[in-house]
Amino acid sequence: MTSLSVRRAASARRARRERREHGRVTGAGPGRWAVLAAMALLAVAMLLPFALVTLNALKSPADYSSNGPLGLPHGVHLDGIVQFWQRVDFGEKLLNSLVISGSVAVLAVILSVLNAYALGIGRVRGRLWVLVLFLLANTLPQEALVYPLYYLAKAAGLYDSRLAVIIIFTVIQAAFGTYLLAAVLGGFPKAIIEAAAMDGASRWRILWWIVVPISRPTLSVLLIFFFIWTWNEFFLPLIFLISNDNQTVPVVLGVLQGEKMMDATMSSASALLGIVPAVAFFLIFQRTLTRGITVGAVK
Amino acid sequence: MAAQASATRPPKGARTPGSTGRPRGGGGYWIYLAPSAVLFLAVVIVPFLMNVVTSFTRWTGVGTPRWIGLDNYARLLRDEIFWTSFRHNVALIVAMAVVPTVVGLVLAAALFDYIGRWFGARTASALRAAYYLPQVLPVAVAGVVWGWMLNPSFGALNQLLETVGLGSLARDWLGDPDLALATVMAVMVWFQLGYPVVIFMAGLQRVDPGLYEAAEIDGASWWRRFWHITVPQIRPELFVVLLTCTIAALKVFGPIFVLTRGGPGRATNVPSYFSYQNFFQKANVGYGSAIATVLAVIIVVVTFLFLRVQERER
Repeated sequence: MTSLSVRRAASARRARRERREHGRVTGAGPGRWAVLAAMALLAVAMLLPFALVTLNALKSPADYSSNGPLGLPHGVHLDGIVQFWQRVDFGEKLLNSLVISGSVAVLAVILSVLNAYALGIGRVRGRLWVLVLFLLANTLPQEALVYPLYYLAKAAGLYDSRLAVIIIFTVIQAAFGTYLLAAVLGGFPKAIIEAAAMDGASRWRILWWIVVPISRPTLSVLLIFFFIWTWNEFFLPLIFLISNDNQTVPVVLGVLQGEKMMDATMSSASALLGIVPAVAFFLIFQRTLTRGITVGAVK
Repeated sequence: MAAQASATRPPKGARTPGSTGRPRGGGGYWIYLAPSAVLFLAVVIVPFLMNVVTSFTRWTGVGTPRWIGLDNYARLLRDEIFWTSFRHNVALIVAMAVVPTVVGLVLAAALFDYIGRWFGARTASALRAAYYLPQVLPVAVAGVVWGWMLNPSFGALNQLLETVGLGSLARDWLGDPDLALATVMAVMVWFQLGYPVVIFMAGLQRVDPGLYEAAEIDGASWWRRFWHITVPQIRPELFVVLLTCTIAALKVFGPIFVLTRGGPGRATNVPSYFSYQNFFQKANVGYGSAIATVLAVIIVVVTFLFLRVQERER
């Protein structure tokens, strides 16, 4: 960049500051409104499926068949939702998803911390190879692991159990977590650790009393990501959780989609029940997520 | 952003200058890797090797596998279904990686230096949130939503077309073999679009706004600024998005399972679904393993190539 354009950038910045002081920039011409309108139209198109699903999940089947999917519901009708909820015991599916995703998140963060401690702070010999291995594990398609895992789980009596899914995803998520955390802990201030070691703290103590508390923000981002990623998983849970009692939310919805017994309103009710937890997590964790989405970009 | 940049590359060559009294090579730290080593061996390494070995056998899943050497791979090369499934995969790379990246880039730039500037940051972030919302869904749930929208007998899309007077365009979107793949592609664009928008907008935060305004003073049009400032500035994000989306497209399973089960016929079959069929429906475990192994090799090679190119760019 030439010094001229640097100077221009500086003067432009000044001009912008002045403009801001004069209040909102005026003169948004018709062209600008056209761009805004186009972008808003796209936003509406993106949100339309959400709106339609919600609208129709609240209709009675009679209302649906006489007024079609586009009319507003005549009163709030929860029958579709209630019926679907009871038919698949949706509360149980929510609990399964919560138990599996929660356990995986906690266990995978613990594993990631242990690994990253050895790699990032301990700088064990051959750490580059270990990291490459974790990266490879992270990119491998689950299809290339699924049949042996299925076979081994059957042999170990873990097939069709939530425990099997928890173990598998703990390892898969920890592979990513290790990769990320090792880089973060690589930049951990050495002086703190050395000071603690001088005071006679063991490595184990240093890990739990110094490294973990200081790295808390990163760990919480990881925890939330692991939770949501595991919640969203479909392929392995589909194969490992065949009995109804063990299925997760995405699995039960995915399996039932297009079934004969599902009429229009019940189908939209089932879609809504899948949307609500996902959007709820997004809203609850929004801050952490927007901070961390770029971190998660590596996955 | 710093975390992301460092996360994409392992901290290689970052040696501690001057020994600080700790044992070189971090002797006692190995023990912290032990739990992962055991689990890793059991969940990733051994199963992957088993999968590779199985790919050289004929096996129904019960009894003893019979060694047949490279027969499964030879069969793959001749198998029309396999090649078709890979062509579908390429189509899904277009729908999940190429289109969202290109469109996302334009949208992110427009939100950042156009909407954000003339209509306020709030408008820009509201629009961004709207584009991103599909991304928060489990991909299987996205499939359920669209399975309902596209249902030929009661779906909302055909109704919508009729209402606006385009009833003649109503189709059996997922049931028509000529249309099913295009429909799945459209659904995946909807699902994927928000991700690049968010990543690119985050990347643009780094760019000095003065650069744009200087270019503007020089009389550069929006498109010129887009090409000469926006694109070069967020090159790292472009790489990450293209890589992650391409891998996601190669691995795609959930939407295919939920929307079409690979059908009608084989119209939307993809390698991951094809391997699933061989494993769990046709009891061709050896053949399924060969497909999965090829898929794994392709994904690893693609990742490696991307990282190499990215390395050279810096």
